[in-house]
Amino acid sequence: MKPTRLTECGNWILDRFPVTKFWNDHMAHYYAPKNFNFWYFFGSLALLVLVNQILTGILLTMNYKPDAKLAFDSVEYIMRDVPWGWLVRYMHSTGSSAFFIVIYLHMFRGIMYGSFKHPRELIWIFGMLIFLALMAEAFMGYLLPWGQMSYWGAQVIISLFSAIPVIGDDLSLWIRGDYVIADATLNRFFAFHVIAVPLVLIMLVFMHLVALHEVGSNNPDGVEIKESKDPWGHPVDGIPFHPYYTVKDIVGVGVFLLFFATVIFYMPEVGGYFLEHANFIPADPMKTPEHIAPVWYFTPFYSILRAIPDKFAGVIAMGSSIFVLFLLPWLDRCNVKSIRYRGGIFKKALLLFVVSFVVLGYLGTQPVTPVATIMARIFTAIYFGFFLLMPIYTRWEKTKPVPKSVTPVPSIEEHLHSLEEQLPALIEEITELKPVTAEIGHPAFKSSFFSRRPNPEGMYNVISRLAKKAKGSLD
Amino acid sequence: MKNLTALLLLLTLSFGVVASEGIELKEANIDLSDSDSLQRGAQHFVTYCLGCHSAKHMRYLRIALDLGVDQKKMLKEIAPEGASIYDQLHSAMNKHDAEKWFGTQPPDLSLIARSRGADWLYTYLKSYYIEPGSPTGVNNLVFEDTAMPNPLWQLQGEQHAEPRKTIWGEYTKLVLEEPGTLSEREFDRFVNDLVNFLVYVGEPVQLERERIGKYVIFFLLMFTVIAYMLKKEYWKDVH
Amino acid sequence: MNNKGVDKSKRQFLTTALTVVGAVGTGYLAVPFLAQMQPSVKAMAAGAPVEVDISKMEAGQLIRVAWRGKPVWVLNRTPEVLATLKTLDNELRDPLSNESEQPDSSKNPVRSIKPEIFIAVGLCTHLGCSPTFRPEIAPNDLGEKWKGGFFCPCHGSWFDLAGRVYRGVPAPTNLVIPPYRYVTDTLIIIGESAEEKAA
Repeated sequence: MKPTRLTECGNWILDRFPVTKFWNDHMAHYYAPKNFNFWYFFGSLALLVLVNQILTGILLTMNYKPDAKLAFDSVEYIMRDVPWGWLVRYMHSTGSSAFFIVIYLHMFRGIMYGSFKHPRELIWIFGMLIFLALMAEAFMGYLLPWGQMSYWGAQVIISLFSAIPVIGDDLSLWIRGDYVIADATLNRFFAFHVIAVPLVLIMLVFMHLVALHEVGSNNPDGVEIKESKDPWGHPVDGIPFHPYYTVKDIVGVGVFLLFFATVIFYMPEVGGYFLEHANFIPADPMKTPEHIAPVWYFTPFYSILRAIPDKFAGVIAMGSSIFVLFLLPWLDRCNVKSIRYRGGIFKKALLLFVVSFVVLGYLGTQPVTPVATIMARIFTAIYFGFFLLMPIYTRWEKTKPVPKSVTPVPSIEEHLHSLEEQLPALIEEITELKPVTAEIGHPAFKSSFFSRRPNPEGMYNVISRLAKKAKGSLD
Repeated sequence: MKNLTALLLLLTLSFGVVASEGIELKEANIDLSDSDSLQRGAQHFVTYCLGCHSAKHMRYLRIALDLGVDQKKMLKEIAPEGASIYDQLHSAMNKHDAEKWFGTQPPDLSLIARSRGADWLYTYLKSYYIEPGSPTGVNNLVFEDTAMPNPLWQLQGEQHAEPRKTIWGEYTKLVLEEPGTLSEREFDRFVNDLVNFLVYVGEPVQLERERIGKYVIFFLLMFTVIAYMLKKEYWKDVH
Repeated sequence: MNNKGVDKSKRQFLTTALTVVGAVGTGYLAVPFLAQMQPSVKAMAAGAPVEVDISKMEAGQLIRVAWRGKPVWVLNRTPEVLATLKTLDNELRDPLSNESEQPDSSKNPVRSIKPEIFIAVGLCTHLGCSPTFRPEIAPNDLGEKWKGGFFCPCHGSWFDLAGRVYRGVPAPTNLVIPPYRYVTDTLIIIGESAEEKAA
């Protein structure tokens, strides 16, 4: 068969541009561990959300006006008069919260399975820089709708800089370009939000991926798959990323989009967490809303800021609560990566850390009360304790032996199957049969009935067994 | 996991108690598919609110299309005289005058339902009471010292605040002193229609988005199922 | 890895199915993304029909109104102008407006509903500049042949006072006549034709 024009054209390009090589290096011949679980979806999902934000962001820019007099109205104009503008706007606003959910889970995965450890320290550092850039991006983007929360949130956060001794006041003045948040601030934040920070973000994501593909992925067992290879030089525990992980990630994308679409179409405000109620009032420099809180993804750090009674120290504490994450690869002295083979003390510490993060996040959305302040202080201490005591408690951790090779993941079917087997026994245990001698009043019904009643003792047994099991897995 | 959830639950509860104060809001009956109610609400809005408040993000055309009202009927029966179908719901009041009369500019109401919530609006409009000596002669239980005089007093009549004591503490009860032109039930329906309309105005695309959402989610389910089957087929190699 | 017993046709089928469903989904997503660049309701509102009151217009006067953001001319032509128009046919490219854009009610030699009131979109059919109104006859800069009309300063196109294009100039067709109708004798609505109203 003669090569067609099209394939000739294709070959002409391939001879000059290494598409095939790129595809093979990073997809078809890139080997990833075969035991990735649920937690490994969030990397690709983060990329998906990034693309979503960029596309919808470009569309929003076409109708948004970065002018203090017009900004608020232009957002409403997008929501009402622009064809499908509401969809694009909700995709962007939901996307920003989704980005943080995905990133937080992605980071938690890294901590849990030791993905930040040797030889992946640089991947972690790049990832943290992405996180930092993302926070800047989100913060500046939040000013753009020019609602009350946009305005006063930015006012508070920029005032943080004025806490820095000597240069503080001049610095915050320089950032704002005015004595308060004003048109100048909005305009420059717009510039940063739509071009400067996204460029940095894309570059960092690229570096994050290059670094990842250089050393290869970690996995839930924390085993280096490159250490055991088959005669052809492929890792025994590895499988080509394409097609195996592409098809798997597409399933993750489908499930993610289901949640994403549910929020967009049925609850775009998510009870005031994704879109705050007070932000539907145009910015008024004369009047602060009664209760101001940042958007939920900043609240853990905001809580830490509020917990410290001194302005400058509060800013330092908030800054270091983020900065300390950068040091993680050097704070953790344990040479076992995955939580599966680590000692109970680390598991407990991690659990406490997660609890403190969630509680701090919740407290940050609530008004300040004396009780809340004390709680915030306690959990701030736990938050920092997790990191700063890490060199001590990880050194003497009692670890379990790490297997040479990865353990296979049980599929969902197997899980369901074993659950199905256990179910009758479980029902038997938490209920009891009691004869019912019902007085129905007719001799024909005078047989004895049995009915299942909840059995408190059995339930207690089951729950305490579960609790013991949970505790056992921590030790 | 167990103790984590328990701890969280405990915390939520303890703060929930601390956070709840102020008066209890009455529940508005919001039904955006009830276009009769929305039409009545639109009429009420134009008659009683538009004199001072604009809803400048809304156009008469959009209301006509969304509520299924003929455009001519819209201009004749609902919109104020001289309005064109493309016009936004602007108020005739001069902002400068408003500032002089009320001490503040009446806010635009396009998004009031999104910032305040339907129940708040519903309760607010029903909670005016006579207070001699205040600038407007009235006060409000929900929004103390509000600058807005009661626009619906002729319909509702005049209410009077009476402190009451119960075993749970003190509260204020509003008692109708002089009945208005509407009975209590009629007035409740009147306010409810108005609030229903304001909720619609807050986000006119609501119904549409929920309608589209069904198809999107059905489609994504189909996509996910096929993707899962494909994944299972490929992963036979691995397991 | 175990590649034995792979059902290739099932894989192929599922891959195709997923690709098709994915492509359809992307297509559906592309619709709102592209549609949001269409004119918004605000643009449509600005493009709504406009009313023009011509009761105070003097003979020979030209007024400009904006319709869909475009300049629309309303010209009150004198009997002399109408007489001149009849003599120009040989110099014009499309004297009967067979290849030009106008509502049927204006498809006549003077290109208007009422002969004296001429209404046209004031944009040159060449590349969209707005021609200047030059009613004077044979001015110095335009020469002997100029009988009064519209002159496009961008690329030198000539139109007569019925918006008809001369031969030998870059503009291909006559000026566009917008749809319009008379509400009363002196009130015109531009953007709405008599035919549309009846329908």
